[in-house]
Amino acid sequence: MKGMAKGPDRWWGGLLKAEWLYSLGLFVILMGAWELLVRYLEVPFYLVPAPSGVLVALKEGFSEGLTSRVGFYLHIYYTLGEALAGFVIGSGSGIILGTLIAQSRFLGKVFVPYLVAFQSLPKVALAPLLVVWFGVGMTSKIVIVAMLTFFPLLVNSIAGFESVDRDVLEMMRSLRATRWQIFMKVRFPSALPFIFAGLSMAIVYSLIGAIVGEFIGGRYGLGILITQMSSNMNMQGVFSVFVVLSLIGIALYLIMRCIERRVVFWTSRSRDVIGL
Amino acid sequence: MPLWLEFCAFVVRKMPPFIELRKVTKTYPTLQQETLLALQDISFEVGQGEFVSVVGASGCGKTTLLKIVAGLIPYEGEVRIGGEPVKGPRQDIGFVFQQPVLLPWRTVLENVLLPIEVMGLERSHYEKRARDILQTVGLAEFVDKYPFELSGGMQQRVSITRALVYEPDVLLMDEPFGALDAMTREALNLELLRIWRESQKTVLFVTHSISEAIFLSDRVVALTPRPGKIADTLTVNLPRPRRLETIQTQEFGRLAKHIRSLLGIGEEAGGIE
Repeated sequence: MKGMAKGPDRWWGGLLKAEWLYSLGLFVILMGAWELLVRYLEVPFYLVPAPSGVLVALKEGFSEGLTSRVGFYLHIYYTLGEALAGFVIGSGSGIILGTLIAQSRFLGKVFVPYLVAFQSLPKVALAPLLVVWFGVGMTSKIVIVAMLTFFPLLVNSIAGFESVDRDVLEMMRSLRATRWQIFMKVRFPSALPFIFAGLSMAIVYSLIGAIVGEFIGGRYGLGILITQMSSNMNMQGVFSVFVVLSLIGIALYLIMRCIERRVVFWTSRSRDVIGL
Repeated sequence: MPLWLEFCAFVVRKMPPFIELRKVTKTYPTLQQETLLALQDISFEVGQGEFVSVVGASGCGKTTLLKIVAGLIPYEGEVRIGGEPVKGPRQDIGFVFQQPVLLPWRTVLENVLLPIEVMGLERSHYEKRARDILQTVGLAEFVDKYPFELSGGMQQRVSITRALVYEPDVLLMDEPFGALDAMTREALNLELLRIWRESQKTVLFVTHSISEAIFLSDRVVALTPRPGKIADTLTVNLPRPRRLETIQTQEFGRLAKHIRSLLGIGEEAGGIE
């Protein structure tokens, strides 16, 4: 933050850089060991590819045209589209319903048993059913992602609204604040850190949901690419898709955390340098 | 004494009490269908512009008493402010809580202006006033900082400024300096006296510190616990403006000793040599 002492900041910054260096070093060592093991033990390429092979596959995938079905771009477009659309719909409705439920004890008591029951059901188990209902296009994947991201936001926004400091509420009452004023000026901002914690969780789930949905069936998407490549014993290709997927996952998470740090800057989580 | 001063003194004495408590009683229901008597027959008055402290051990119901006056909790008996019965929170009262209760996402200035927004008052007029008060409490450079960038003492100063900004007639303070270290506390006591002298507010101050109560007040109400009852009300005849040396005077020591005996502190220890 603006007013924080510069000294400790720099010290943490230095530590962070050292950590990054060690992480990078570990990565190089692991990759080198993997490469050597695969070559030395002559592991068949259709079981475990060498890192160098994965690199080649990555390069090939990215050098294909934008609309090529063997390149990455088209599939990234679909998977990311499904994940983001589902994320917006699922987490948005989670926040709205959580906010409504948190405003009334009665609503909470009526809804919570159903929500707990539905929450304890592994949502991915519904994936085959959803493909039957919504077809093999993007819709069924978006619905799966929406269901996966709905709950973290529902639960977190309810918890967030309940986390409001009682003393602050009393202070607002002493000023004769209306219910609406208390909601806008205190309850909602208090819930925001919880909502953002839910969003960082949900953004990761959204990618899982899209891939699982694609495994069941469909024409485009990185999940489809994985199933196609593994049935062709193209392990280099499969691993290269893994790399692409984790890069997308990391990017989405980091973007989410960046937004979080800007919006809910007052929490210790946002001020924690190592968090990002 | 010159005649005009005598006249003023006469007028002050003839003014009706500003805060009036008549047989205020508070009971809480407990789990076993019994009732817990927290406060019993509390009656006292605070004159306009007077500084009165309520002192007592933790759990004697002094915070409850203050919240009753603030209209934050229901009660039995009669409480009037400016002749009007207290039926709920009022906007002519400034309440300073034990904790600063600042909103962490608002800057110092935005925190201070919160009551102005809630009450729908004109922001531009009060923003200047807010900045002026912040300047007098030494926070001029911190107006755009966030609460987590301030020390505990600074946060409590912001909290006091927030209670003063909308110009309430009454200031109710619930152990506002209880969580601070002794040195910050002394500094803020002096600052509070200065603010009180300049603003002419009626102050009802709750504390568990006997010396803080004497140092600040015109009168001290001593409260004994379970149920909270008034042991005695003392007038503090120490000259103003008070300085830290006031604490060393004989009169101060005498008052402190008297309150201690009223509250039953030091009796057991007194017999052991």
